[in-house]
Amino acid sequence: MLSKRIIPCLDVKDGRTVKGVNFVDLRDAGDPVELAWNYSAQGADELVFLDITATHERRKTMVELVKAVARQINIPFTIGGGINEIADADALLNAGADKISINSAAVRNPALIDELAKAFGVQFVVIAVDTRRVGNGHVVHLNGGRIATGKQTFDWILEAESRGAGEILLTSMDHDGTKGGFDISFLKDVNEAVHIPVIASGGAGSVQHFVDVFEKTNVDAALAASVFHYGEILIPDLKEVLRQNNIEVRQL
Amino acid sequence: MIGIIRYGAGNIFSLTAALERLGIKYGMVYSETDFEQFDHYIIPGVGHAGAAMNKLQQTGMVDKIKSLKKPTLGICVGMQLLTSYSEEGNTDLLNIFPIKTLRFADSSEYKVPHTGWNEVNHGKDNALFKNIPTASHFYFVHSYFIEFNEAYTLASTAYSTKFSASIWKDNFFGVQFHPEKSGRYGEQLLTNFSNL
Repeated sequence: MLSKRIIPCLDVKDGRTVKGVNFVDLRDAGDPVELAWNYSAQGADELVFLDITATHERRKTMVELVKAVARQINIPFTIGGGINEIADADALLNAGADKISINSAAVRNPALIDELAKAFGVQFVVIAVDTRRVGNGHVVHLNGGRIATGKQTFDWILEAESRGAGEILLTSMDHDGTKGGFDISFLKDVNEAVHIPVIASGGAGSVQHFVDVFEKTNVDAALAASVFHYGEILIPDLKEVLRQNNIEVRQL
Repeated sequence: MIGIIRYGAGNIFSLTAALERLGIKYGMVYSETDFEQFDHYIIPGVGHAGAAMNKLQQTGMVDKIKSLKKPTLGICVGMQLLTSYSEEGNTDLLNIFPIKTLRFADSSEYKVPHTGWNEVNHGKDNALFKNIPTASHFYFVHSYFIEFNEAYTLASTAYSTKFSASIWKDNFFGVQFHPEKSGRYGEQLLTNFSNL
């Protein structure tokens, strides 16, 4: 049976991880490669690197990061942040990235999804969607949830799928950072409506939240950052509890 | 030394990185004259099988590949090229294995692409899976699969249908998953192949 995936997300700026990390005896907690290697050794199934570098050197630093990770890490990884055109994606693919994650660039120019899928295959294209509840609906937001777009999240996800997204990374901005659990009801609706894998993000605070999101929504993967970085949840413990709840997970 | 057959389909950075970590020597095969210096071959590939076959034909290496007698491993689309036909692009392929590459049916329960870690079950005693327990997890990402076949399936995986995770015929092997992304068992498989 296909396993449910556990995905730590690392924020990277100028080639260094940001946000504190204190779960292992790292020689250099800011080294994304060493951190990635540790997560991989713990049993992470995949990694996401979100590059928040804002300088004009960004493509170069991203390519260097991807190469360094691909040299050392034997699990798949996705890179996101500031990918605006085919040339960005091509450089990252050739450096060893398994997937790229596109967020605001796809909202601004939906045809980019078609172009990327045609050029590299749907399996390479993850569409990241930041959503927030507005009234009774869900609206796509940009810039970490600060800017509302006019797009209904549900419609946008279906459009992204039809244009060639291979996977949806759905972050609930209402839940993100709360540690109060994933947005179960919306994730369930989205997961039932699409035929591509869905990664749940936003709200993970306890092991039970992961059990809930897999049992109640049947999403394919769950992503979290701080609970892993601060050692509040250790991946081997998490996987053991998932296994006890008859949720299929990869054993090392 | 492993020769990686280059025909312009997909990037090989992760594959060569894995071989380097494992201390396995490799070089590149761009044309028929490059084959002789190697004793193993890998046919990589991601993307569209029909487009990959077109590119391979343009290199002029098709007849040479079909005549190989040394251990040869196709990975992902590189494995699908070894079959007779793919529904992707409705394309005739190398026909080293007289079996077909088909598309997974769409369903909300079994999503396409088949993405993630799934169990690989190998019943046959084969050196490619030496020191790899059956039902170990490997990393897959694909929308097309090679049909299960008693004669040629070396290892199988269950998804919406049971399919060939690995195939074997004489010196030809194929794996649908990505050994270079499949943790330590993937690395074990690459080591095993280099020792054949």
